[in-house]
Amino acid sequence: MGDAIIDIRALSLAYERGGQRNVILSNLDLSIARGEFLVIVGESGVGKSTLLRVLIGLARPSSGKVRLDTRPGCRTPMALVFQDARLLPWRRVIDNVAFGLEGSGLSKAERRARAAEMLALVGLGDLARRWPHQLSGGQRQRVAIARALAVEPDVLLMDEPFSALDSFTREGLQDELQRIKAQTGKTVLFVTHDIDEAVTLADRVVVLAGSPGRVAAEVRIDVPRPRQRRDAALLEAARSLRGELSRRSADL
Amino acid sequence: MSLVRSTLLAAAGLAAFLLFWEAMPRLGLINPAFLPPPSTIPPAFLREVSLGIWPEAVLSSLSHYVAGLAAGAGAGVGLGLLSGMSRSFEAFTAWIVRLLRPIPGLAWVPFAIIWFGVQPSAAVFIIAIGVFWIVFFATQGAVRGVDRDLIEVAQAFGFRSPLARLAKILLPAATPGILVGLRTALGQAWMAVVAAEIFGVPGVGQRMMQASSLLSTDIVVVYMLTMAALYGLFDSAFVALQGWLLRWRA
Ligand SMILES: Nc1ncnc2c1ncn2[C@@H]1O[C@H](COP(=O)(O)OP(=O)(O)OP(=O)(O)O)[C@@H](O)[C@H]1O
Ligand SMILES: [Mg+2]
Repeated sequence: MGDAIIDIRALSLAYERGGQRNVILSNLDLSIARGEFLVIVGESGVGKSTLLRVLIGLARPSSGKVRLDTRPGCRTPMALVFQDARLLPWRRVIDNVAFGLEGSGLSKAERRARAAEMLALVGLGDLARRWPHQLSGGQRQRVAIARALAVEPDVLLMDEPFSALDSFTREGLQDELQRIKAQTGKTVLFVTHDIDEAVTLADRVVVLAGSPGRVAAEVRIDVPRPRQRRDAALLEAARSLRGELSRRSADL
Repeated sequence: MSLVRSTLLAAAGLAAFLLFWEAMPRLGLINPAFLPPPSTIPPAFLREVSLGIWPEAVLSSLSHYVAGLAAGAGAGVGLGLLSGMSRSFEAFTAWIVRLLRPIPGLAWVPFAIIWFGVQPSAAVFIIAIGVFWIVFFATQGAVRGVDRDLIEVAQAFGFRSPLARLAKILLPAATPGILVGLRTALGQAWMAVVAAEIFGVPGVGQRMMQASSLLSTDIVVVYMLTMAALYGLFDSAFVALQGWLLRWRA
């Protein structure tokens, strides 16, 4: 793809432990277009989180290349929503959201104002002064999403961000995310186990499979937005994706 | 047990203790010069205050206490952070620590006197040494124990320098552990105050030694209770501060 914002070539990653080499990802090629909503699915342990960790710089690949074409000079071209919320317990909710803005040159008041906006966006405007331990698991996850959005990254990496939420909140946030995405044109890399979620959100779904993990299949979801949940085309896409997944696990 | 009941029991216990204490010398079971009855303590206290001895001794001890605590805790937190953050620094100092750590604070008294003379700075030095090790190990351990997941959050948001890691994650995350060490040090430092002053640096400890050599045991008791009261005061204030600093915890 010509206008790739992330281009991953022949990426391999192995953990060494006690002389044992545990290969997680092997020769993975993946290109993500600017503004694309890419969803990654795959069995537990296949290396989805590991891939996001490589992109954000928390894990070092054993070999291969990752080329980024994000805004030059941006302090936080990417932001990650961790699989577990990982709020900082000693900061109030609002200051957790403002965390990534420190060092951006904004004044404290400006950071707080931006954080308050993001909190309102995820529907938690009233909880700004709470401590993280006073939140439910789902609320914590939404704070983590607000924290990632606050730094206005070019690429938003989301690791099963909605898996801890009830289906009602989840669908609300899915809509919200699509709205934000449409508004800002961000590129989103989204990991999920939920096939319906995958087809609702994605421009393209990538199936990671195998041990070590590689891109095993790709499904393009050419359904116009805004999408109607349980639209016939989406259901069809979900069905074919399920088939693809079960075929993959049968192959292994 | 209800709060009222346990408070009543505690008061009754204290009253019984004081009665027993009062009875022993009064009944001639113990020489009052060896154990002054508690009823003689308040008058002795008022005498010390009116002579101006009590405020002077207490102020002087407090100044040693605060200076020694600040120096020892400051160095302990600083080096503890460094040692908790840097494996190389820890390795570099490992044997030095092994060598110096077992030396009791009071074993430094000869050097304190040679270096500083019988001066407040000698007392401050001895207090600081005792405090230092407690705070150093508490801080080092607390930093070592910080959840790696939280450090990753800082990295993921672009805070990658050691200084940013320290300010954004390590220090706040290690604060509960550091405070536990500081609270222990608060008590330890009081012990060191008396010990350091017994060698002649003016303060509560010195006054106690003077009084005991004159067999004025009531005055000795006045200062023992003074120290108990001051320690209680500091500890309560510290616990309140700790509660406020850690109000983010469940
Ligand atoms: N620090 C580590 N050292 C060794 N092995 C690791 C480490 N971190 C992860 N792994 C292994 O790497 C593999 C991939 O882990 P990863 O977290 O990427 O999986 P995942 O696809 O995100 O799974 P899930 O859907 O359950 O979140 C797993 O088998 C895991 O055991
Ligand atoms: Mg994962």
